Amino acid sequence: MSVKVIIPTPLRVYAGKADSTEVSAKTVGEALGQLTVKFGDLRKHLFTEDGKLRSFVNVYVNDEDIRYLSKENTPTKDGDTISIIPSIAGGFV
Amino acid sequence: MGNTAQLKISSELADKIRAHGAQTYPHECCGALLGRDTEVADRRVYREIHGLHPLVNRRDDSPNNRFSVTSQDVLDAENAARQQGLEVVGWYHSHPDHPARPSQYDRDHAWPWYSYIIVSVANRIPEEMTSWRLADDRTEFESEEIGLQRVAS
Repeated sequence: MSVKVIIPTPLRVYAGKADSTEVSAKTVGEALGQLTVKFGDLRKHLFTEDGKLRSFVNVYVNDEDIRYLSKENTPTKDGDTISIIPSIAGGFV
Repeated sequence: MGNTAQLKISSELADKIRAHGAQTYPHECCGALLGRDTEVADRRVYREIHGLHPLVNRRDDSPNNRFSVTSQDVLDAENAARQQGLEVVGWYHSHPDHPARPSQYDRDHAWPWYSYIIVSVANRIPEEMTSWRLADDRTEFESEEIGLQRVAS
């Protein structure tokens, strides 16, 4: 299952400046895992230390937010596109 | 990465960020920084801001000390940048009645590579403006020098 993963601008520096890459995966979780095997420096920016996807990392399969699908267990099929879209947040205290 | 970078912004755009912070006081303002990076010798990068994309603070529950924008806001900002031949190179927000220093919360939610401009707004008066970049290992924000450029009138 070849899946295209779109890498957001702030993370491209950790992915050889690529804006996308192809991975082989049957689920979103597998695809993100493959992505971080390919580009190890991405891992700490996508996942917490205990391996959970960071809350401000939004993942879409084609145009669907995986939070409204089966999260990281969302199945992928050949030709799907996974997009990683940043949420931006902050504030004092 | 961060200590080799500089941020250049016109005094006009910097004033617009300050004005946005004053306008939304006592709530935090936020928006995208549209610009481009230029690599020069020794892998040094100059980042220039050429436009702003003001956004609505989506944190209705705690807008005086938090801001957030949705992923659709991010996509809209990226589209706005693309239409101008630019990209989203960072974000700005205000700290009402607090210093222009990133909080632990800012760091926990930050992305690398982006520039984060913070403007302190005290009693509706904009004060210090600073810029920061998250370190590659996420352990700290590194201060980024802001080079204010005067626009010829």
